[in-house]
Amino acid sequence: MADEVVLLDCYYSMFGMRARVALAEKGVEYEFREENLANKSQFLLEMNPIHKKIPVLIHNGKPICESLIIVEYIDEVWKDKSPLLPSDSYQRAQARFWADVIDKKVSVAGKGIWSTKGEDQETAKKEMIDALKLLEGELGDKRYFGGDDFGFVDVALIPFYCWFHVYETFGNFSIEENCPKLIKWAKKCMEKESVSKSLADPNKVYEFIVGMRKMYYGLE
Amino acid sequence: MGEELKLFRTWSSRYALRVVHALKIKDLEYETIFEDIKNKSTSLLEYNPIHKKVPVLVHNGKPICESLVILEYIDEIWKQSPLLPQDPYEKAMARFWAKFGDDKVMPSIWSVFISQRKDQEEAIAQAAGNLKFLEEQLTGKKFFGGETIGYLDIAFGWVANLISILEEIADLKLVDAEIFPLLSAWMNNFSDHPVINECWPPRDKMVEKFKAMREPYVEKVA
Repeated sequence: MADEVVLLDCYYSMFGMRARVALAEKGVEYEFREENLANKSQFLLEMNPIHKKIPVLIHNGKPICESLIIVEYIDEVWKDKSPLLPSDSYQRAQARFWADVIDKKVSVAGKGIWSTKGEDQETAKKEMIDALKLLEGELGDKRYFGGDDFGFVDVALIPFYCWFHVYETFGNFSIEENCPKLIKWAKKCMEKESVSKSLADPNKVYEFIVGMRKMYYGLE
Repeated sequence: MGEELKLFRTWSSRYALRVVHALKIKDLEYETIFEDIKNKSTSLLEYNPIHKKVPVLVHNGKPICESLVILEYIDEIWKQSPLLPQDPYEKAMARFWAKFGDDKVMPSIWSVFISQRKDQEEAIAQAAGNLKFLEEQLTGKKFFGGETIGYLDIAFGWVANLISILEEIADLKLVDAEIFPLLSAWMNNFSDHPVINECWPPRDKMVEKFKAMREPYVEKVA
């Protein structure tokens, strides 16, 4: 029986991109449905009544929410191709730990950089640099966070790469200057079609955020 | 081969308690190191340099941090008394609800605990909405895991342990048995389970601790 896979998503969402990259890695065919977050569809509200957020993966009618949970689900269901989590339990625990670090530190700092100003923005900028340096340390000399193969932590982090332009512009700093190895890693990831086709255009993300800042945060 | 298991915890940490429960369910022997949060040991800081928190499970010298990550690790290494469901969709659901508990339910309960008057009324409405989702998840089940205690029951352990303590201190009732019959029944079933109640932190100490934590938020009556 053919699988029916639908992804409720939003072009700019780095969390949605995680699901897109994972599905592409596994070669899964799916229907991409763009949500207007200012006017959420009834379907989205039914599929994710708790958080009313994207991404939502709907597999044969059953919804899965929360991006990292979606990626693990994809990895478990389509396990015969491109495994994302390592097979060793200790390495798996480390991968889950670092994905959580990305959510707790990078995501939060990122929002702070473009949606605040003054001291709050400076704090967010510092936290972003600290977080990226931490991740750079974890990457070390490996090709990917997953080692020789692109893996779970790579999927968790790479979507933020298309948001770097936003962070650097509004935060007025260079991520490459602070974390050159991380940028090298990101460019390596972008050579993969599963990544380059899944990530948003950084300039479009920037335009989107310019609009968001004006509309919701009163910032020019 | 001898397994060396160490658990860094505090006597009251609800996150560490999850690991204690999991290790007990799996019938595993381990060494406990109690940490003083105001004076963290060098070992803890070495094993968890990023968050510097408990719990940390150290297995044959290798540290694993973050309670839910630790639960999955334990479940993968020791296959007896499985905690997570086998089916990928059921597994995803368990992970989703555990995260919901930590990200939304706990903060909303905490808001009720530290707020007063109108703010507290709003906080109660928010918390009740969240608890209703939990109530729904128990439809037709004794435990979140089904017939036996599983990952999600352990993840929600703090609901069974802590809420009644916060209710006592703040002098209110959040989990009313009439409004949340399934959740109330679950709290009793979970708490009474021998694997669980043997590990409960002492209630009087918990009351004392959380009373002190509430102090700065509560207006003094003149």
